[in-house]
This record gives sequence, C-alpha cells and structure tokens, in this order.
Amino acid sequence: MSKLPLTINHDENKLKLSSYITGFGLSILFTISAYLLVINHAASRTVLIGLVIVFAICQFISQSFLFLHLGQENKPRWRLTIFAFMLGVVIIIVFGSLWIMHNLKYRMTIPQEIRYMKSQDNL
Amino acid sequence: MISYFANFWIGKLSIHQVPTNPITVGGIIIMVGLPLLIAAFLTYKKKWRWLYREWLTTMDAKKIGIMYIIVAFLMLLRGGSDAALIRVQQATSVGSSHGIISSSTFQQVFSAHGTIMIFFVAMGFMFGIINLILPVMLGSRDVAFPFMNSVSFWLFFGGMILVNLSLIIGQFSNAGWLAYPPLSELRYNPGVGIDYWIWSLQIAGIGSLMSGINFIVTILKHRCQGMTLMRMPMFAWSVLGSMSLVVFAFPILTVTLALLALDRTIGTHFFTAGGGGNMMMYVNLIWAWGHPEVYILVLPAFGIFSEVVSTFSQKRLFGYTSMVLAIWAIVLLSFTVWLHHFFTMGAGSNVNAFFGIMTMIIAVPTGVKLFNWIFTMYQGRIRLKNPMYWFLGFVVIFTIGGMAGVLMAIPPVDFQLHNSLFLVAHFHMMIVGGVLFGFFSGLLYWLPKILGFRLNERLGRYAFWCWIVGFLMAFVPLYILGMMGATRRLDHYQTSTGWHPLFVVAGIGVIIIAAGVAFQILQIIYSLITRHKLKDTTGDPWNGRTLEWSIPSPMPFYNFAILPTVNSRDPWWAKKYPKEEPGLQITNKEQPIYQDIVLPKNSSMGMLIAGFAFLFGFGAVWHIIWLVIAGLIGVIVSIIIRSTKEDTDYIIPAKEVERLDKQYRLEQGVQS
Repeated sequence: MSKLPLTINHDENKLKLSSYITGFGLSILFTISAYLLVINHAASRTVLIGLVIVFAICQFISQSFLFLHLGQENKPRWRLTIFAFMLGVVIIIVFGSLWIMHNLKYRMTIPQEIRYMKSQDNL
Repeated sequence: MISYFANFWIGKLSIHQVPTNPITVGGIIIMVGLPLLIAAFLTYKKKWRWLYREWLTTMDAKKIGIMYIIVAFLMLLRGGSDAALIRVQQATSVGSSHGIISSSTFQQVFSAHGTIMIFFVAMGFMFGIINLILPVMLGSRDVAFPFMNSVSFWLFFGGMILVNLSLIIGQFSNAGWLAYPPLSELRYNPGVGIDYWIWSLQIAGIGSLMSGINFIVTILKHRCQGMTLMRMPMFAWSVLGSMSLVVFAFPILTVTLALLALDRTIGTHFFTAGGGGNMMMYVNLIWAWGHPEVYILVLPAFGIFSEVVSTFSQKRLFGYTSMVLAIWAIVLLSFTVWLHHFFTMGAGSNVNAFFGIMTMIIAVPTGVKLFNWIFTMYQGRIRLKNPMYWFLGFVVIFTIGGMAGVLMAIPPVDFQLHNSLFLVAHFHMMIVGGVLFGFFSGLLYWLPKILGFRLNERLGRYAFWCWIVGFLMAFVPLYILGMMGATRRLDHYQTSTGWHPLFVVAGIGVIIIAAGVAFQILQIIYSLITRHKLKDTTGDPWNGRTLEWSIPSPMPFYNFAILPTVNSRDPWWAKKYPKEEPGLQITNKEQPIYQDIVLPKNSSMGMLIAGFAFLFGFGAVWHIIWLVIAGLIGVIVSIIIRSTKEDTDYIIPAKEVERLDKQYRLEQGVQS
C-alpha cells in the first residue's frame, strides 16, 4: 500500500459542500412538510398516506444523489453499481419476506390457535 | 447479599457448570492439553517473541492466511470428532442399547458439529486461501486494508475460542446449527448453550463481514497495471461474487442473532408466539442469510477448480465469459431461493412454486460451470496430480448431491424428505464434496508457493482415495435411510426399523474418512521431513498460468519486487509460451527499476480489539455485566487509539529491495 499524495481540488470541494447544503435543506423541507400535513389533517387519510410516501421517496432520492453522490463518480461507477445491487437485494428480501409471512398468516393462523398460544405464555 | 455480590462479579458462572461425563472430559483434556503442550514447547525453544513478532501481530496477508488455515484444520479435527461421535452413537444406539453418549450430550454434539464445520472450518479455509493467494494473483503487494484483515482474523479466532470454551464451562447449544425458536428461546432453553452459539457467531460474523469488504476493495482497486476485470483470474471473479454475498447477507445474520439475543436477555417477543412474535420470521430471516452463505462457501471453491483445471489440463479455461456470467447469476439467484429450506412450514402453492422453480433455475449456472470445466479438460494435456484428483472427486460427488438437491426443490418431494437423512446426505455432498474438496485441492495447489516445497504425491493419493471411498460409504446409506424415514439428529431408534445395518455401514465410512485425514496429516509431516527432495526450485512447480507463479517460492514478504504489468488473461503462460499466444506478453523492461516499497507495520491492536470482543462475548454469555461493559469500552477505545495512530507504515528502500530480490532469485534460480 503506497501513500498517495493528497491532491485537494478546491472546485470539487465547493461543489460537494453546496450539494450537502442543498441536500440538508431539502431533507428538512420534506420532513417538515410531511409532519405539518399530517398534524393539521390537511387532507383525507388515504391522500395523506400517499403524500407521506411520496415525500419519503423524494427524501430517499435527494439523499442518494446529494449526500451519496450517486452517478457523479468517474467510470467505472462502482458506487452506483453496488447501490443498485443493494437496492435489488433489499427489495427481494423485504418484499419476499412480506409475501411469505402474509401468505403464512393467511393460511396457518386460526383464532383458537392464537388463544392457545397466548394461554401457554400466560399472557 | 452474598449471592447478589456473586451475581455481579461472576454472573451465572459456577463450578457445577464444569461437565463430568467421561467423553466430554476426554475432549477437555485434549483441548486444554494440546495448547499447553504447544506453549511448553514454545517456552522450551524460547520462541514466544518470534511467534509474537512474526505471526500474531503480522499484517502480511499470507501469514494471516496461514493462521486461518491452521485454525480451520484444528477445527476440522474437532468437528470431525463430533461427526465420529454422531456416527458411533447412531451405529450403536439401537433397541435396548442406548449408545455411548446421553441424549442431551448428543444434541450438543450435532449442534457443535454443524456450527464448527460451517463457521470455523469452511469459512476459515475460505478466508485463509483467499488471503494467501488473492493479492498475489492480482499482482498486488497486499490487501486493501491490512489492519482490518488482522482484526477480521482475530475476531474469527475469538469466536472460535468461545465455541470451544463451551465444552469446558457450561454447555453448548442443543438446538442445531441454526437454533430455531421456540427451542432456542429462554423458556425452553434457559442454559447458556444458545448464548454461546449466538455470541461466538456474532463475533466471528463481524470479522467475516469486514473481510468481505476488504477483499471487494482489494479486487476493485488493487489490481496490477493492465489487469482489466475481464483479465482477472477466475478465482478473483469467484471471490468477488462470494464477498459480495458476504457483504449483503451477513448483516441479516447479525440482525437475526441480535433479535434472538434480545428475546433471551431483555424479554422482547420477536420470535415468541405468545407476545405477538412469529418464530417463522426467524426461520425466514436466518435462511435469507443461510442460503447465500452456502454460495459464499462454494463460489471460491469453484474459483479454485477453475484455476486447477486449466493449469493441469495445460489449456486456457473454456468459456471464461460464461463462467463470469454464471458466477453473477448464482450471486443474484442465491437471494431468491431461501424458502426451499422451509417448504413444510405451510406456505401457499404460489409461494412454494416460485421458490421451487427458482431453486431449479439456480442449478443451471452451476451446470454451466461444471460443463465448462469438463470442456477445459477436453483435448487438454491432463496431468493427474493431487489437486486434479480432488477436482475429479468433486465432479462425481457434487453431481450426485446436486441432483438430489434439484429433486428436493420440488415441494411435494420435499414434504417427504424434509429433515430426513436424505437432506443430510444432500448437503454433506455439496459442502464436503464441493467446498471442502475445493479447498483441499487449492491447498495442495498453492502450498508449494507458500512453503517452498510440494507435498508428497503418493500419500496425497492415499488420502484422496480414503476420503472418496469413506465419504461415499458414509453418505450414500444416508440417502437410503432418509427414504426409509430416518430423521436427522436421531440419538436412538428401534431394531424393527431395519436401519441398523445401514447406520453401521455409514459408521465404517467415517472410519475410512478418518484414515484419509490421518494420511493428510502424515502427508504434511512426511513432506516436511523430505522437503529438500520436494523443493520447488523454479517457483513454478505446476507449469502455472497466473501471476503467483512468476515469483520465487516461498513468496517474498513483499510479493513482487517490481509490480507486474499484464496484457492478457494468463500472463505468466503467455510469457513462457509467446508462440502459443502471440502478442500477449508481460511487458518487462530490460533493466528492472526498483522502487521503494511501503508496507504496513506490525500491530497488536487487532489482537487487542478481538480480545476485548471475546471478553464482551463471554460476559454476555454468563450475564457478567461489568465484563460486558468493560469489553465494549475496550473495543471502542482500542479502535480510537488505532485510528489516531498515523505512523503505521514502513518503507523498504529501493536498494534493499534490489538486494533482497537478487538474493531470492539466486536461491531459487528463477530467471528475472
């Protein structure tokens, strides 16, 4: 392992700083607007849930690009590749687990069984 | 008051926790006696300082690799004796006879066997071989993060000590190698066995995760000049795939074990049915890690076979691109099959059909690889050396085991065979026949590079034939027994079942395998004695193809005096036979220009961090609160101290490199 001389590119640093500040601002904006909308009951329940999800997705996208700087690196884009792979794996495991467990619950749980299990655990 | 005081200082520890049954005591005597013997020998030879300077504190990936392999081999003996105990018990405990060990000991024995074989033998050999050879193959001097590498090893070591400690004080898990709840919950398992299991895997698992990151960065950032991704040796590709799986799968294990630990220590209800938890969630999560784990182990073995086959067929690897694609197909698909481990939990037919079909699909890329190896051998000039024997054995056994696997991917078939000995036979054929044979092959192939001499071929062949015959004798009967309805983890059965003869055959098989292991030990000892006759004088004993054979053996600690530049897939072969591969040569300058080499200084901090982690684990097992806190603080403080240290490298001046390089080459007679 050799020590490489640290070259500091000032333009690049400025760019990064500004993107962090923008990201910070956007994060606060998305969080507060979701909070205010819910706390003031600004719309019907379903619309509110939809809006919160939309804000969450916006939050996720803005943070991925402004904090993690996805896609802004030089080729080969390892960070982007690994990020995409991570997303794929997370989606498979989260949605797979949800599917499996819901299916199991639908097929295997009967009320008597739950009552029995609770009595066994003294709850 | 006194009991409260004792509780604080020693938690649940007490003298009654030391086992008294003769077989366990025998095990303890061996396991305490052997290290004491080694310690006495080291003191007698005054070698402690040498051990500390040259090995324990080393940052050299090769030495860390050797330490991994030594630990893994010792654990193979431990896990192997567990296996022998299981076989003896099952061969003798029939009808009115109840065998040699009690039912509760038997449960600990099979749990320890599975845990040790996967986490400390297979993983140990895997990381050992990767450390030994990967940096050299890539034309690099070291891994990307040498210090992290040392921490990884010592965490692995700490986990290993914790598992083995359970034999001496307390007991080990009795819930199988994956400790399904509710059996592993506090209510049904109040002892320390499960805690030993949880914390040793947590400690070793974090080490594995760090190794995974380390090797990915090494492969992506530390290749020598000219080595594009598609020019990497196949072993590097397989390690990249396997380590990607480590990085994405091990966090699932860590979280699952943490949830189970919370259930057991602070009374949460993640996996207890009563409090709204769901034990099937544990099974779901542990297999979301567990299935990729299988491929984590087998991919590097596939990589080793790719190198071995093309070297010993003296031919370029057939279908390089398809091999790479197959690796990545396996990596991705291995995340989509985990439900096939618990088809019987009662999911609907859609779920079962999906995971059944995915399981069959994952056999396709594996088949592609198998055919590629066979096509590599086709029209090659095959030399049947030891590593090649293990490859051929692998082809036979892995194919049989793989077919059984595809069979069990069909849910209705699985309903019959789930938890039977058929399954046990299947996965032993995959993990022993695939993974362990691969690592044996790799060790026989690469050890000359590390030790400087080849291992005795004849004894190696004896070992191989004992292994193959013994292995088939031990596991083919299990297929039949499984079909007859014998379940796994059986400590007693009735004569009327008619299983006894087959269990006896399986027991004899294990004795033959033990003879194979004995031949392997003999092979190492005999080769050590006759090492002058077996000396590798060229640095290239097998007529190799990749960069590791271009340097003297044993490898200098800096790997390459001058970092190589390559412009083909098999650069060393291309350099040796320019006529066969015109235009593809290592471009070496006429006059070698030596440069300063920067290498990491030794550090004992890796050992220290893992030592504190071990204390933390031991405290957590026995509920010794002060030790838990002290261990945790120790880990954090040592990490901070190490991170603030700036002076971590040393430089070998160019002149010294030149002197060393010439000396090595003079000794070896390797042309520069």
